[in-house]
Amino acid sequence: MTDMTDPKVFEREAQLGDYFALLKPRVMQLVVFTALVGMLAAPVSVHPVIGFASILFVAIGAGASGALNMWWDADIDAVMLRTKGRPIPSGKVEPGEALGIGVALSGLAVMMLALSANLLAAAMLAFTILFYAVVYSMWLKRSTPQNIVIGGAAGAFPPVIGWLIATGSFAIEPWLMFALIFMWTPPHFWALALFMRSDYDDAGVPMLTVTHGRPATRRHILAYTVLLALLAVGTAFTAIGGPIYLVTAVVLNALFLIGAARIWNRNENDSEADNFAVERKFFRLSLWYLFLHFGAILAESALRPWGLGGWS
Amino acid sequence: MSLRQEHEIHTRRKGRNVGVGLMLAAFVVLVMALTYVKITQSDFRLPDAQGTATQEPDS
Repeated sequence: MTDMTDPKVFEREAQLGDYFALLKPRVMQLVVFTALVGMLAAPVSVHPVIGFASILFVAIGAGASGALNMWWDADIDAVMLRTKGRPIPSGKVEPGEALGIGVALSGLAVMMLALSANLLAAAMLAFTILFYAVVYSMWLKRSTPQNIVIGGAAGAFPPVIGWLIATGSFAIEPWLMFALIFMWTPPHFWALALFMRSDYDDAGVPMLTVTHGRPATRRHILAYTVLLALLAVGTAFTAIGGPIYLVTAVVLNALFLIGAARIWNRNENDSEADNFAVERKFFRLSLWYLFLHFGAILAESALRPWGLGGWS
Repeated sequence: MSLRQEHEIHTRRKGRNVGVGLMLAAFVVLVMALTYVKITQSDFRLPDAQGTATQEPDS
């Protein structure tokens, strides 16, 4: 029973905003945007109400998997500087509450997506939630330095779900969008791991920086960025690409490659001298990188009705 | 301190309850809008079991 005379108990009581923070709103933004692009890039038009509701349920499902992740990772979140203000380590939300919210919202989101869109999209959402909560959070994250590589797949599924909402069937195009996010995730997170140095060490998470050392992480960032650039520019010549996408991809990938090469060229002394300015810049660029690539895919499909999008 | 007294915690709890209430109301409206759109789409038809049940009086 709550002690009504102790003011500290009141101050820690969770507000709506704390429950919302459990759903990882910033990850949700990325999920909503990429799922929306997946849905709008599909050759089938969706009724606005059905589209809105379906994307909302995808966002709720993504949020639910975020809550499950925070429930499972509360112990390591409490150690890491970047995450110790999260609702569970800060004592605002009980771990059991987070689990309950995660499970309930997952069920609600999958069921409602099956009703608003179709069974295949709902199955894909269920698979994504399981992949993120079980395969990534519970299994890979603490056991292999490839955690980010394989776990990145969880964040890459939303455009596929978006495409399924519109068409109800698989095609090659959504998997190109999947590949783009999948290949983008490792350099994005490894740059973060380079400048949030002690965090992952302290928490005992086997990030590449911890297991293989920081010079190896720099090499990995460059290698993945080269592969990503080939894929991203190559996508320009597929059904979802076009001139706008090509220009965007060429510019962004040139910048991204320069950034990765500079990271590769540096050692720890250089980085510490300017407080990881190059790594931080690369990380910020990586956010724009993904946003603008998907924005360009959206632009190509939006212009198609006027005969302007794509190569035709 | 009496429990009847209005405390800051009561206003905060009220805020939380109103928030949950609004979300539930929004969900109800969303399901209603979805239902309306689904049953007014041109390819909508009742599932077979219900379809035959409603047609029985005519046949």
